[in-house]
Amino acid sequence: MTPALLLAQTADIDAWQAFWQYALIGLTNGALIALVALGYTMVYGIIELINFAHGDVFMLGAFLALTLIGAMGLEQAGAVQLWLGIGLLFVVVPLFCAVLNVTIDRAVYKPLRNAPKLAPLVSAIGVSFVLMNVGLLWHGAADKHFPDLVSRQNLLGENAAIEFSYKDLLVIGMTVPIMIALTGFVKGTRLGKAMRATAQDPVAATLMGINADRVIAVTFAIGGALAGAASVIYGLYINTVGYQMGFTNGLYAFTAAVLGGIGNIPGAVLGGLVIGLARSFGSAYVGERWTSALVFVILIAILIFRPNGLLGARTREKV
Amino acid sequence: MPPLLEISDLRAGYGQIEVLKGISLEVQPGEIVALIGANGAGKTSTLMSISGCLRPRSGSIRLAGQEIHARAPHEIVRLGICHSPEGRKIFPRLTVLENLQMGAFARSDKAGIQQDLDHAFEMFPILKQRTTQAGGTLSGGEQQMLAVARAMMGRPKLLLLDEPSLGLAPLIVLKIFEVVKKLNDEGISILLVEQAARMALKLAHRGYVMETGEITMHGPAANLLADARVQAAYLGG
Repeated sequence: MTPALLLAQTADIDAWQAFWQYALIGLTNGALIALVALGYTMVYGIIELINFAHGDVFMLGAFLALTLIGAMGLEQAGAVQLWLGIGLLFVVVPLFCAVLNVTIDRAVYKPLRNAPKLAPLVSAIGVSFVLMNVGLLWHGAADKHFPDLVSRQNLLGENAAIEFSYKDLLVIGMTVPIMIALTGFVKGTRLGKAMRATAQDPVAATLMGINADRVIAVTFAIGGALAGAASVIYGLYINTVGYQMGFTNGLYAFTAAVLGGIGNIPGAVLGGLVIGLARSFGSAYVGERWTSALVFVILIAILIFRPNGLLGARTREKV
Repeated sequence: MPPLLEISDLRAGYGQIEVLKGISLEVQPGEIVALIGANGAGKTSTLMSISGCLRPRSGSIRLAGQEIHARAPHEIVRLGICHSPEGRKIFPRLTVLENLQMGAFARSDKAGIQQDLDHAFEMFPILKQRTTQAGGTLSGGEQQMLAVARAMMGRPKLLLLDEPSLGLAPLIVLKIFEVVKKLNDEGISILLVEQAARMALKLAHRGYVMETGEITMHGPAANLLADARVQAAYLGG
C-alpha cells in the first residue's frame, strides 16, 4: 500500500469519527431543546397559547440553580455531598419553575382566557420581558460561569475516538427517563387522559366532568418542572448562563415544537433532536454563523411539505 | 315530589344577543321529553345552560329541587346530568375505550364503571369491535353511538341528547332511538333535542315546541303530533 493511500484512509476514518462526534453533540443538545419544547407544546395543546415566557422560566431556573450552588458551597464539596447537592437541585429548581409557571398562568393568562387570542399572546411577551428583567437584577447583565461540577472525563476511555463524558451521560440519563415518564403519564393516567381530552375538545371535556382549570394548572406545572430540570442540565452541561439564555433557547425550543407539530408531545422531542442535529452539523460543516439561518431554512422547508409539522394532525377528523 | 328538572323563566345569550327569552320547562322522573323546533330556535342553548356551559342572565334551573344554574359544568356532571352534545364532540385522537372512560371521569366506583362499560358494549356491539381505534376514525353513525354511550358512562339521572339523528342514515337513527327507549326503561330521564320532530314525538312522553328563544307550545307528545300547527310547521303537513 502506498503511503498516500494509507493517508487517505486515515483521513476517511477521521472524517467518520468527526461525523459521529457531531451527531452525538447534536443529539445531546437536541434532547435539551426537546425538554424545553415540551413545555411550549403542552401549553399550546391545552389553551392554544404560545407561552413566550416559558424560555424565561427556564432562565430563572438556571439562575436559582446557580445561587443554590453558591449557597451550598458545592464547588468545594466532597463527592457524596456533591451528588446529594446536584440531586437537590433537580428537586428544588423544577419545583420552583412549576410554581412560577402556574402563578404566571393564574395571574396573567387566566383572566384573559375568553379574550381574543392576541391578548394573552401579547401578555406572554410582556411576562417574558418582566422575567428577563428579574434575571438581570438577580445575576447582572454579563454572562456568568456555571460551576463545572460534572467531570468531562471520557467514559469510553482516555484515547477513544469519540468523546462521551459524564456530562453527556447526565444529559441523556436525565432527559430520556423524563420523556418516558411524561409519555407514561399522558397516555396511561386518568389525569393524563383528561389532559389529552381537554386539548382535543375543551367543551366536551367539561361535559365529562373534567375541571378545565385544574387540567390547565397541571399542564403549566409539568411544563415548568420540565423547564426547571432542563435548566439545571443546561447549566451543568454548557457551564455559561445569562439573562438572555431564555430568549435564545426558548426560540429554538419553540421552533422545535412547531417543527414537530405544535401540541404534539412526541413531535416536540423529534423537533428538538432535528434542531440539535442541524445546529451541530451546521456549525461543523457549514459554519457557526450560518447555524441559525440553517435551522430556520430546514423549518421552512419542512413546513412547506408538512404544514402541520412532522407529527402534527396524524388522524383525519370526520365532521 | 319536585320535578327532576325544572327550568323557570330562563334568559341567556351571547353578548348583545339574547337566545333564550324566558323559557320554562320541566322533566319529571322517568320521562322522555322532546324539545323540537327549527334551527336557531335556542334548543342547543337550552341544553348548554342546563350543563352550565352557558350562564343564565336570569331565571333558575333546578335539579330535584336544588338550584344548579350557578354551578360549574364539571360539578353539574357530578350531580347526575350527562350531556351528549351537538355535533357529537368525540375526542378524535382518544381511542373508543378512552372516550368511554372519559364519560366516567367524574366517577370512582371501578366495579360500577366496568359494569356500565359492558352494558354500553351490549347496547352498541360495534363499539366493542372498535375499542382501540381512534374516535376520529369512526363513521358518523358510530361516532353518534359513541357519544350516547359516553354520556351513559356517567350513570346519569338525566340524560341530555342533542340531535342524535343529525346526518345519519334512517336505520342508524332507528337503532339509536331504540337505545334511548331502553335507557329510559332502565329509569333514566331524558331530554331530547331533535329536528326530526315526528320521530322524537313518537318516542317522547311530552314535548315542547321552541321558536326564536321562546316555548310556544307544550303538552303530551301525542297531542302535539295531532296538532295542526305542529304538523304544518314541523311534521311536513
